[in-house]
Amino acid sequence: MLNRTADNAARATPEPLAKKIRGISDKGLAWLFISPTILLLLAINIFPLFWAIYLSFTNYRANRPNEVVKNLGLANYKRILGDQDIWIAMQTTAHFVFWTILLQTVIGFTLAWLIDRKFRGHAFWTTIILVPMMLSPAVVGNFWRFLYEPQIGLFSYVVSFVTGIPPTNVQMLSNVELAPWSIIIVDTWMWTPYVMLICLAGLRSIPEYIYEAAEVDRASNWRQFWSITLPMALPFIMLAVLFRGIENFKMFDMVNLLTGGGPGSTTEVASITLKRQAFESWRTGYSSAFAIILFVAVFGLANIYVKALNKVKQR
Amino acid sequence: MKSTLKLALGLASAIFASTAVSNVAHAEDLTLCWAAWDPANALVELSKDFTKETGIGMKFEFVPWTNYADRFLNELNSHGKLCDLIIGDSQWIGGAAENGHYVKLNDFFDKEKISMDDFVPATVVGYSEWPKNTPNYWALPAMGDVVGWTYRKDWFSRPELQKEFKEKYGWDLAPPTTFDQLKQIAEFFQKRQIDGKTVYGASIYTERGSEGITMGAMDVLYSYGFQYENPKKPYEMEGFVNSEKSVKGLEFYKALYDCCTPPGASNSYMGEGVDAFKSGQVAMHMNFAFTWPGLQKDENVGGDKIGYFVNPKGPDGDQFAQLGGQGISVVSYSDKQESALKYIKWFANKDVQAKWWSLGGYSCLNSVVKDPKFPSSQPYAQAFLDSMAIVKDFWAEPSYAPLLQASQKRFHDYVVAGQGSPKDALDGLVKDWTQVFQDDGKM
Repeated sequence: MLNRTADNAARATPEPLAKKIRGISDKGLAWLFISPTILLLLAINIFPLFWAIYLSFTNYRANRPNEVVKNLGLANYKRILGDQDIWIAMQTTAHFVFWTILLQTVIGFTLAWLIDRKFRGHAFWTTIILVPMMLSPAVVGNFWRFLYEPQIGLFSYVVSFVTGIPPTNVQMLSNVELAPWSIIIVDTWMWTPYVMLICLAGLRSIPEYIYEAAEVDRASNWRQFWSITLPMALPFIMLAVLFRGIENFKMFDMVNLLTGGGPGSTTEVASITLKRQAFESWRTGYSSAFAIILFVAVFGLANIYVKALNKVKQR
Repeated sequence: MKSTLKLALGLASAIFASTAVSNVAHAEDLTLCWAAWDPANALVELSKDFTKETGIGMKFEFVPWTNYADRFLNELNSHGKLCDLIIGDSQWIGGAAENGHYVKLNDFFDKEKISMDDFVPATVVGYSEWPKNTPNYWALPAMGDVVGWTYRKDWFSRPELQKEFKEKYGWDLAPPTTFDQLKQIAEFFQKRQIDGKTVYGASIYTERGSEGITMGAMDVLYSYGFQYENPKKPYEMEGFVNSEKSVKGLEFYKALYDCCTPPGASNSYMGEGVDAFKSGQVAMHMNFAFTWPGLQKDENVGGDKIGYFVNPKGPDGDQFAQLGGQGISVVSYSDKQESALKYIKWFANKDVQAKWWSLGGYSCLNSVVKDPKFPSSQPYAQAFLDSMAIVKDFWAEPSYAPLLQASQKRFHDYVVAGQGSPKDALDGLVKDWTQVFQDDGKM
């Protein structure tokens, strides 16, 4: 049947074109079809990557096109790795990634577990919970800035109502201790629904008969959770952690809108430092080296993590 | 059928011809790039006269201050043709001149008999010259600006407040002439109830992202004795940037931030300052003079309720103010340089400059600002004139951006985040700036 269709198609092809196509092997034809995509990838992904690697060994500055470009060897890398401010930015990033992932995973999984109970109106609540995720980070950043405002912000008044502290003393974005948490709160508010969705997919993929067997064995709810629900949903949870980890490692918009990296440099995550070096100080070579270091770090960590994820899936 | 065809052909030709004519007209249009702020609207109004006189249309590309430097420096660095004319920030002049972004205007000025002696000297040095203090001109001074202060004249004049202030501090409540007095006034108003509302002492610059805290801190530091370098040995900063006097100045700025600003004012610049003043939150407000015409017109805080004063003196009687403002330049990548130069020639005209001031722009032409009627022409005119006489500016080196980023970080870390001491901040600044100049091969 398939051959007949192919024959018909071949017969319908004009003779000169058919001759040309006949001269190309299957492999050649496959390359012909995927070459536009490969060319596009090379142009917008691979070439810039190699170009950035090249620039990272130079003193090139994009705002001084007439200046002689010198090869600095590993000097940019040495300077970055020896720069205390860079390490502080990396620590800030790690702190931010750790807490956002922890909170989003715990809350996201709990919400998914509750939604999975399929109580009355669960579809409505699922939609409501998903709303923050659908908003633009620019919108979220701006309206949370107003919510955190000590004089008129709703957040300050809620905290004041609960704790009795005057609202003008609740300075989330100005206080060195509170500013990192203000970003963690917003990111958690916005992205927990995303983690919840992935976890929900995991929970719904667990076959019902396993629970029925556990019921027959008189396993308690707690036992069912630890022995069935959590292990079987774990690959999904790990996937959510991977996605959020990569996203939050390069977090920029929310920090930029809420604190701009301040007060001082207390919320200056690596991506803010990178942007300042690349597009404000115009140290293109230096910032390329920093970008490569970040790329290697994320790529390396993600690879280790994916291997762990595969092991969990194989169990 | 034939007549229908003819009609269709005729219509098509007419449409084609009209499009072509309009394209020719648009080809002559000039695009002027600047920040999106009140003076830009005044310039749009002013430029209508240029179009009337020359037939050259004007288009404008205005970008908010927060993105202004990023947007236009990217445009210049990529040799873009978007802007034929640009009103670039004073600190860009070194980089723009050395990297060939601006057309050098000396020959043009000579040919058109435009003399830089006709402009306020500080604005010529600040906006036009590179290298500084040499007769190499890259811009025509366009918009004079300087950091000064506004205050609530109506609050200052309340008898009960005057009495209480005099009893507490021993001198009359009036616009301060020294920074110590300024702080006393700010402390007096901080968290005071006025008309049933809690008010605060002062709004000052604390913004982290672009240049805010540097402009604010420098505005104070200059009068405390801060110097960028050894006047006898360029780029020698040790003992000048981090001198004892500079340390005292930075300490004062932090004390002012801690004691007397509204809650949450940790990232405040021009817009936030205007908002704080307009909403009746603060008794005093540090800001560039360009904000004054708008505040003067404000229904709630303008008119008789507002007053203006020059940046106060430091402990040794020195008095300086941070220069703002910009010059107008012709972009070297523009295909319409001839028309752009026509605009510059027109803009330098005395009558145009006088109208510029009347519309809300700040002229830098001597004949305008030295006119006997000038000080009384607006309530803020005298304060502007006095402020322009004492200006100092940040580095205008090609590497101004990393120099600025370093000061933003060091000042914000100390003043807002309270990390380290003022000495640590200024020592760190010397280290950072030294590194920048070493990278540039200047040290």
